[in-house]
Amino acid sequence: MPIITYREAVRHALAEEIERDENVVLLGEEVGQFNGSYKVSEGLLEKYGPKRIVDTPISEAGFIGMGIGASMLGIRPVMELMFWSFYSVAFDQILNNAANVRYMSGGLINCPIVIRGPANGGTNVGATHSHTPENVLANHPGVKVVVPATPYDAKGLLKSAIRDNDPVFFLENTLLYGEKGEVPDGEYLIPLGKADVKREGTDLTIVTYGRSVLHSLKAAEILEKEHEVSVEVVDLRSIRPLDIDTVLASVAKTHRVLIVEEQKPFCSVATQIAYMIQNEAFDELDAPIKRLSTIDAPAIYSPPIEIEQLPNPQRVLKAALEVLA
Amino acid sequence: MADIIEMPKLSDTMTVGTLVKWLKKEGDTVANGDMLAEVETDKATMELECFFDGTLLKIFAEAGAQVEIGAPLCAIGEKGEKVEAPAKKSSPAAEEKKEEKKEEPKAEEKKAEAPKPAPQPEKPTAKPAEAPKEAVTSGRVKISPLAKKLAAEKGIDYSNVKGTGPGGRIIRADILAAEKNPPAPKAAPAAGGGKPSKPTWPWRSAFDKSPIQAEGTAALSNMRAVIAKRLVESKTQIPHFYLEIEVDAAPLNALREQLNAGLGNDGVRVSVNDLILKASALALRAVPAVNCSWTDSGIKAHANTHVSFAVAIEDGLITPVIKDTDKKSVFDISNEAKDMAKRAKAKKLAPAEFTGGTFCVSNLGMMGIERFCAIINPPNAAILAVGTTVKKPVVVKDQIVIGERMALTLSCDHRVVDGAVGAQFLNALKAHLETPALLLL
Amino acid sequence: MSKTTNAKPKAKEADFASAAVNKELSKEQKIELFRTMMRIRRFEERSLRAYQAKKIGGFLHLYIGQEAVAVGCCSLMGKNDHVITAYRDHGHAIAVGMGMNEQMAELFGKATGCSKGKGGSMHFFAPDRNYWGGHGIVGGQIPLGTGLAYAIKYKGLKGAAMAFMGDGAVNQGAVHEAYNLAALWQLPVIFVIENNGYSMGTSQSRSSAGELAKRAEGYNMAWDKCDGHDIYEVRATMDKYLKIARETSAPAVIEIRTYRYRGHSVADPDNTYRTKDEIEEYRRTKDPLQHFQGRLLEEKVLTEDLIKEIDQAARNEAEASVEFAEASPWPTIEDIQRDVYWETDNPSKRTSAGRLFFD
Repeated sequence: MPIITYREAVRHALAEEIERDENVVLLGEEVGQFNGSYKVSEGLLEKYGPKRIVDTPISEAGFIGMGIGASMLGIRPVMELMFWSFYSVAFDQILNNAANVRYMSGGLINCPIVIRGPANGGTNVGATHSHTPENVLANHPGVKVVVPATPYDAKGLLKSAIRDNDPVFFLENTLLYGEKGEVPDGEYLIPLGKADVKREGTDLTIVTYGRSVLHSLKAAEILEKEHEVSVEVVDLRSIRPLDIDTVLASVAKTHRVLIVEEQKPFCSVATQIAYMIQNEAFDELDAPIKRLSTIDAPAIYSPPIEIEQLPNPQRVLKAALEVLA
Repeated sequence: MADIIEMPKLSDTMTVGTLVKWLKKEGDTVANGDMLAEVETDKATMELECFFDGTLLKIFAEAGAQVEIGAPLCAIGEKGEKVEAPAKKSSPAAEEKKEEKKEEPKAEEKKAEAPKPAPQPEKPTAKPAEAPKEAVTSGRVKISPLAKKLAAEKGIDYSNVKGTGPGGRIIRADILAAEKNPPAPKAAPAAGGGKPSKPTWPWRSAFDKSPIQAEGTAALSNMRAVIAKRLVESKTQIPHFYLEIEVDAAPLNALREQLNAGLGNDGVRVSVNDLILKASALALRAVPAVNCSWTDSGIKAHANTHVSFAVAIEDGLITPVIKDTDKKSVFDISNEAKDMAKRAKAKKLAPAEFTGGTFCVSNLGMMGIERFCAIINPPNAAILAVGTTVKKPVVVKDQIVIGERMALTLSCDHRVVDGAVGAQFLNALKAHLETPALLLL
Repeated sequence: MSKTTNAKPKAKEADFASAAVNKELSKEQKIELFRTMMRIRRFEERSLRAYQAKKIGGFLHLYIGQEAVAVGCCSLMGKNDHVITAYRDHGHAIAVGMGMNEQMAELFGKATGCSKGKGGSMHFFAPDRNYWGGHGIVGGQIPLGTGLAYAIKYKGLKGAAMAFMGDGAVNQGAVHEAYNLAALWQLPVIFVIENNGYSMGTSQSRSSAGELAKRAEGYNMAWDKCDGHDIYEVRATMDKYLKIARETSAPAVIEIRTYRYRGHSVADPDNTYRTKDEIEEYRRTKDPLQHFQGRLLEEKVLTEDLIKEIDQAARNEAEASVEFAEASPWPTIEDIQRDVYWETDNPSKRTSAGRLFFD
């Protein structure tokens, strides 16, 4: 099976969907001529031309609102945010218009848009460029939120997202773009709302998503080799819709849960999941549910300290041992 | 039929309006579009618009009145039409307001109550909601939801299971271990005279770094307060001195076993303490000077002897009295003592049953104490402290043999009992105990 | 309506009347334009009464006084033309052909409302009439309107989008971004500024630097101004730019001066920022219904009897819509979570798994 990077997986998904459906358009800053600020859309302008790959001015509220308006008439825009941190300048368009237009019209309209881009810290870009807003987005009924961790997941999920008739927010990670993984050549789709058990185990369940999946897998290795603990890692892949059943099945198996997230703690994704687990699997718990989140402060610049602010394998290991005590 | 104009809703948050002033008066001709009055809402002062043509027949709300939405303001109709003031509609807004008013006093009550801290002396009943906070430490078992479910499924009483989780929490592994090795059931608290179970110290406590007990000052119960007061009085006001004698307990134990072997079929057991109570009573008959009390006007001699015995109960100590102990058989003393001890623990003793003793016996033998000095129980003149029977080397006929020895310590009130008297008493007691058949006469 | 005088048509106005787009109107079409304006007026008045009787909750932004703008613009729509506006949307809704029943039911919050009771006054939609709402956030609809134009162009259709906003919206950032995109990419959108002089309680002079539509110059976009009380003038002006947009994709910004007789919304007491006299003056000299009525009487298109008939029919229709709304059922509690996701409304076509609601 071919091994490609996460970046290439996203690119292939875009290319395939552009070829498949004439209404699919990629819009964003530097996506065309610049070949993408992170080279995700490299080569696409050359291949598909300026009608399908559109360079926009720095105007998120403008072009995202425009894309939403166009989607009401059947266009399927994939709008790139150079950083998901920039969503806040288009908050009204994204979370008032895209999220609500269907509801406020009593179901007469739908907005089949995708907004995609990297949402992550860990690159020393400071507090305003390091946001991970999946919790804020997922709080809005009417939207869907997807955070793939691997090239295989990224391609299958992006294709599904583009074909989805509801607004889908697709959160990538600049530090994952270079990660390699097996991705089959042929056509495949991964449905939204299906979690994936990335590693099976019996003593502890780690629920996680995004780059934290990689940290959790590393910690699981150490736990197995040095502590003889068998860890199950559940990759949510999709925040909304949420596959809580896979999580609950794992909890019923191991009885101990650690949720690892690159999120500031207050009202984070883990908060929601912890509520659901204790509500629906109370009697399966042999220990309180623990979570390992980003340390609760704006993203620090100082490079080595930022590593400690975010989840990393060592922090995951320590948290896991606390749950296992 | 006249049109009644009601107070309209003029803003999304308005519930009442104030009719500031009328712009038309009764009898005026009005038309669609005319302004009838000025109304003040929560947001601004607006104008009341007329949607009808006709004559303003009657005004129901005076200038300055506060009117709820939907309540009538005026009537418009044909000139000369008769109009009656409609009955005041209680609008939903009015009802909402009433409910709001009801809720406000409640909220205020709650606020007034909140600042008061723990129950005051004059409020004997603590609020139930506060009780759990007051309840300190013991009572709650820490157990994970999974372990609790497992324990229920397996029929395991987890109150005996030791928890190995953080903070002593019982976890699944503990329940599974308990299933394999059921823990010994907890020993019942010591009955007066019965043999208590040895306390167990789980090795786990050596590694337990959690607090030993909850920090805090617990309020004194009545019993504790009384005990404290009386003991302080006794210790500070009675000149205590102590006499000790060692008794050969072998004959006593042998008799007891004999008796119990026979009585056992009837479910009766005589304890060492029962025998000591009888022996003490007989010794008091022999040395009646000890059966007295100090009073300010002189030493009071008691004609009858009533021996009391100390019983440990929850939160303290109580001394039930066996009346006319010398006149009762060991069998009767035993039954009575057992019954009173049981009722003492259930706090069901009547005051007459724990007052009026003339002598007291305190036995810590069942707890392994070899000897001790008790504090006199006023108005008694003495108290006997009984230790445990110990096997030790003793000299008999110039030979060292294994003897069973029991230490007796008599605390005496020197105002009433001198050393010689005390010694006499102890010797009499010893004689009775070492010839226990005398107790059965 | 109170007074009945109307100004004599001026020479300029005679020009608009003779513009081709107006001259080619048949008698019936002119009556229909008048009828539509009258229906808007009566619907709005009846809504106001219903609101004051607590039948309508939340906000109510009335279009009274601005009727000629919506009717004039929407009467020019071709099959590939689209309309989007802000929250003062009842007039546009009636102008594109939505029924009074479904609108009044929506105001009442009933399940038979055009948005099933889920949108309310600010969110009337009719995709089948190319009408895309009805939006509550000031200026938020302008990028959406630009998107409609983008889609028209993308699909190679000959059409234009009219994106309406008030004089207060022109200062929103999103509007500037939309102007730039429209001009940069030559999207066929006409940005229509319905300037009624006040953004809530703040007059234009206290809100906006410079002339409103003239800002288009900064983006190299065409712009124009016209009066909005004369429906012929509205039609003549808008027709020019719509044609350009359809033919060449060029956008434009048009400021239409109009006036609202009522406050910004029904909660607005209307006395802190303008005088009664000002309202009366406009009503007396520029009421769009009066104006067109006078014109059509002169043209012998209307008669007094017909006017009365149209007026009464409009009142009756509005009254009937209230009865319809009253008799209609409320949405159910289960309805709250319908129309949230296309997927949950079309479960047989759902491809995703997992939970979409988190109660």
